[in-house]
This record gives sequence, structure tokens and C-alpha cells, in this order.
Amino acid sequence: MSMKNFIAAVALALLPATGFSAGAGFPLDDANIDMSNQASLQRGARNFVNYCMGCHSADYHRYSHVARDLGLPEDLLQSNLIFTTDAAGEPTKVGSLMFNNMNEQYGARAFGTMPPNLALISRSRGVDWLYTYLRTFYKDSSRPIGVNNLVFPDVGMPHVLWELQGERDAVFETVTDDDGNEHRQFVEFSQLSEGSLSPGEYDAFVRDLVNFLAYLGDPVKLERQRIGIWVMLFLFVFLGVAIALKKEYWKDIRK
Amino acid sequence: MNKFMEWVDARFPATKMWEEHLSKYYAPKNFNFWYYFGSLALLVLVIQIVTGIFLTMNYKPDGELAFTSVEYIMRDVNWGWLMRYMHSTGASMFFVCVYLHMLRGMMYGSYQKPRELIWIFGMLIYVALMAEAFMGYLLPWGQMSYWGAQVIISLFGAIPFGLGDVITLWLKGDYIVADATLNRFFALHVIAVPLVLIFLVIFHIIALHEVGSNNPDGVDIKKKKDENGIPLDGIPFHPYYSVKDLVGVAGFLIVFFAIVFFAPEMGGYFLEHANFIPSDPLKTPEHIAPVWYFTPFYAILRAIPDKLGGVIAMAAAIVVLFFLPWLDRSKVRSIRYRSTAFKVLLTLFCIAFVVLGYFGMQAPSPLGTAISRICTLIYFGYFIGLFVISKNEKTKPVPERVTS
Repeated sequence: MSMKNFIAAVALALLPATGFSAGAGFPLDDANIDMSNQASLQRGARNFVNYCMGCHSADYHRYSHVARDLGLPEDLLQSNLIFTTDAAGEPTKVGSLMFNNMNEQYGARAFGTMPPNLALISRSRGVDWLYTYLRTFYKDSSRPIGVNNLVFPDVGMPHVLWELQGERDAVFETVTDDDGNEHRQFVEFSQLSEGSLSPGEYDAFVRDLVNFLAYLGDPVKLERQRIGIWVMLFLFVFLGVAIALKKEYWKDIRK
Repeated sequence: MNKFMEWVDARFPATKMWEEHLSKYYAPKNFNFWYYFGSLALLVLVIQIVTGIFLTMNYKPDGELAFTSVEYIMRDVNWGWLMRYMHSTGASMFFVCVYLHMLRGMMYGSYQKPRELIWIFGMLIYVALMAEAFMGYLLPWGQMSYWGAQVIISLFGAIPFGLGDVITLWLKGDYIVADATLNRFFALHVIAVPLVLIFLVIFHIIALHEVGSNNPDGVDIKKKKDENGIPLDGIPFHPYYSVKDLVGVAGFLIVFFAIVFFAPEMGGYFLEHANFIPSDPLKTPEHIAPVWYFTPFYAILRAIPDKLGGVIAMAAAIVVLFFLPWLDRSKVRSIRYRSTAFKVLLTLFCIAFVVLGYFGMQAPSPLGTAISRICTLIYFGYFIGLFVISKNEKTKPVPERVTS
């Protein structure tokens, strides 16, 4: 690729980033997750395998590690959280990676692009983005799947959680900015039908789910920080010893 | 023990080397904070080699497997996450140490006669390190790995006479960055460049120990020796500087492991967010930026409106550093005894370098480009200005002996 083509490609890629101010610029809500809350992670795991894994794989991570890290007995996890089967048609084993049975061709045909692996989505998108994204779907009959999203405009994903949140419309107004350009600006949602969860319950549901996604992205985080404190304590002691040793040796050096 | 060493020394100059380079290598006694970064850079080199060996045991240099194998290391390999985070943090900290080490040299005139070759070896280390970092960054095979490599390799396409396309094709081993590219970068990253680095580091240290260390006063300590021929202001490197550097090591490791254990991504500066998405030749990321240690040069590249001109300017920004020993014609080494003009120039240079680094990370904007252009002028202006002012610079008298 020549540099000119390349810069053109980059410029094209950058256009939406600056262009969809309703998207990239949409203010993100604080996900406010707590990875040390094991109950929240367990609920998040339940939400994940029930609502996400039909389409999204997470096959960098193992069920058995979920069991270990979330304090779930393996047999409980095996019987309640694994819905897939392996190549032989047997229920997926607890030691296997969290794959699903969607293949690339089908994914691309159904959604325009293969639904991404979610094991690292919290690290590429950020938890606040995910938390806001899952709460800002609205009805849009101009889209093939009938919904659109404020954070990710024209997204290919349907509103999988609509039964929980209920159907919503988004109200927009047209505003003119300082340069005289007109923009469509989001005002508010209007609820079309009640979901099975109240808005507060829905937010908590999504928060648990995002918490689990954060765990999936960086499963070792809590252990890392726990070890890190001991390493820091050791290093500060080591620093003290090193300083004392240096002073002792340098006593006889005349300045 | 003595008998054993006698036996060895008759066959290998172990004691001789120990004395020449450590116990009887006389270093000026007035080293300050800035003198930690040489030994720290060496420490990071060791960390990178050791963690790199362990990563290599489970990493797969294969376009289909590379990204997954990194996640395998992060999740399934015992302490794999620690090795990986130490290696990724080490890459950035290597450049932190090297940049501060180079700034030390510029402040105290450590490149001046008779230390020109030390500086040249050091610059070669820096260039090799950039190659090492660039090729290592491709290996996780994420979106930034992939597109960053695509950008940098495409720079060679600027070479005229029809050679550009031939060279980029030769470098990639394919028409796009692909499996062949990943494999050769892996080979170069784990064997070729580290070997070169180790030899260059050895040459750097041998050259240093041949002429002796400079110091914050820029005084030649070999001019004043006692009756035994030992510099009056010199102290044996071991044990004095070995124990002092141990303090530096402890301080450094606190920062290093604070990052490894509590903020391995460093807010996206050490591990970029987009690199957690597997590479996809069909999807260009919204914003491609190299890792922070390359961004000053990337900003210079983008500041020049012409493609070939930009590549030349970027290369020149590195090449010009090689000539520093001859561009600086001052009789005085240390900033302590140099003119205000020199201090102003060096301060402006540092500011320009940091500002360029910042704008090299940002998406292009008219303001950013304008500021980058000014800073590019300041960057090159430093070398021109230094050449001009250093000839008849009004310096302060340099003391005979080092100050405390």
C-alpha cells in the first residue's frame, strides 16, 4: 500500500470518529463495577452465558477458570452455565474454552459481520462504553434489525435484552452548532412497552454483566493486585536496606 | 579459594577483568541522580531477555495462532501474565531509561572528546532498540501491532527510483503484512537484534572503561592522580557504585512493579486498547499511533507535508544525533559551566521532544500539525544552534577538581 493510499485509508477511518459525534462523543455513564464483588460476577456470568454466548464466543478463557475465580463449584457450573456441546455432541466439558457453535460464515450472513469474541472486549472498549452501550438501544425501523444504538450508531447487533428493558424510542432534536451545521441531538428515551425488569433492575443486570466482562478481559487482576502489595512492601524494605548499605560504604568517601 | 582463582587466572583473565571493570575501575565520586540510568538500562535488558525466553516457550509466531497464544500465556500458563506484563512494561521502561541516559549525556557533554565512540555505540544501541521494539510490537498480532507495522513498513515505500515498492515487498515477504512478516519479525526480535544489542552494549562499556567516565562537572579526573596513579577524585566502581546503583535498582523496581501489578496498560500508553482486538487486514482502526516512545519521530514525519520529505526528516532526526560530538564545539562539557544560550537551547529541545511525542499520539489536527512543525524546527534548530554557539561560547571557569 502506498503512503497516499494509506493516508487516505486512515483519513477515511478517522472520519467516522470525528463525524459521529452522537456516537464517539456520546457521554458514557460510569459503569461503577466492583470486581471483588463475587456475587455480582456470578450473576454476570449467568447473564453472559444466557444472553451473549449464543452469538459471542469467549474462547480464550476456560469455564474451569471461571469456576475457580468466581467461587463456583465446577459441577454447579457444568450443570447450570454450560449450554453448548462439543464436536461429539457431548455437553462441553468444564475444562474447555468458552466457545460457542456459531461459525464465521453464518455470523457474517446473519449480522453482516461475525459477532466479536467478547473475552477481551472490556479491554478494547472499556467498561463504561459497554455499560452505556447495552443501555442505549432504541427502536429504529430504518435499520435491518429494527434497532439502533446511541453509543454505536448503526450497529449490527440486535437488542438482545429488549425483553428485560422493554421497547424504547429515542427522541431527537435538530440543533445548529456555532459553525451553522445542523446536528441530530439525542433528547430522551420514551418507553414503548414495559420490560420485565424495572429501569433500576435493568441497570443492575447490565452492571453485573459488564463486571463479568471486565473479569473476562483481565481475569488475573485481583490476584495481581494482591500479590503486588506484597511485592511493593518487599521492595520498600529492600530500598531501605540498599540505602543503609550505600551510606555505610560511602562513609569513608570525602566529599 | 585463592588457589582456585590462581588456577583460573592462569587460564582466563577473571581477576584481571574483575579489577579492570569493577574493583579497580575508578569512577568520579560525584555522580548524581542522572547516572543511575545506564545501569538501569542494563537491568531492563536482562529483564527483557529473561522474560522473553519464558514468553518464547509458549508464544506461536503464526498468523492464525499468535493472538490466541498470547491470551493462552495470559490465562493458562502459570505466571504467564507476569512474564508478559514484565516484558511489555520493560519495553517502555527501557526507553524511559535510555532517553534519560541520553539526556544526561547531552547535559554533561559526555559525548565530547574523547568519548565520541561511546556516544556512537550508544546511538547504535538506540537504533537497534527501536528496531527491537518495533518488531516485538508486531508479535501480539493485535490491530495496533498489525496496522502500526503496516504504517512503518509503508514508509520505506517513499524510497524513490522504483525501489520503494520492491523494498517494502522484500521486508514484508508478502503483499500485505502477513504470516511471513510475523515469522521473520519473530526471528529478528528473538535472535538477531538481541545479539546485536548485547554486542553493542559490551562495546559501549569497553569504550567507556577505556577512557573513563565523565561526571556532572565535566572535569577530567585523570589529570589529578595520587602517587599510586589513582585519580584523586576517583573511587572504585565496586563496591561504591555497585552499592549506590543498588539503591537505583530498588527505586526503579518500585516504579516498574507498581506498573506491572497495578497498571500494566498504563492507561493505554504501554498496552494500547486497540491491540486487544485480533489483527484484521480488512478493518483499519479508527486511530493508528505508534507506542509513545516512537511518537516524537512520528510527529516529525507527519509535520512534513511531503511523503518522502517526511521520511527523510524522520530519519535525519535520528541520524543527526550521531554527529553530536562534532556539532558541539565547546571546550566545556558540563551544563554547569556553559552559557545561558546552551541552557536555553537544551531546554527548548527537551520541550519540543515532549510536545512532539504528545502530538504524535493524537489524531492529526490542523493545530497539532502547526505545533508539530514548530517543534520540528526547534528539534533541528538545537543542532544548528549548538554548532553556531559552541564555537566561541562564553563559558564559566571549570574547577580543577570535582565539586561535591
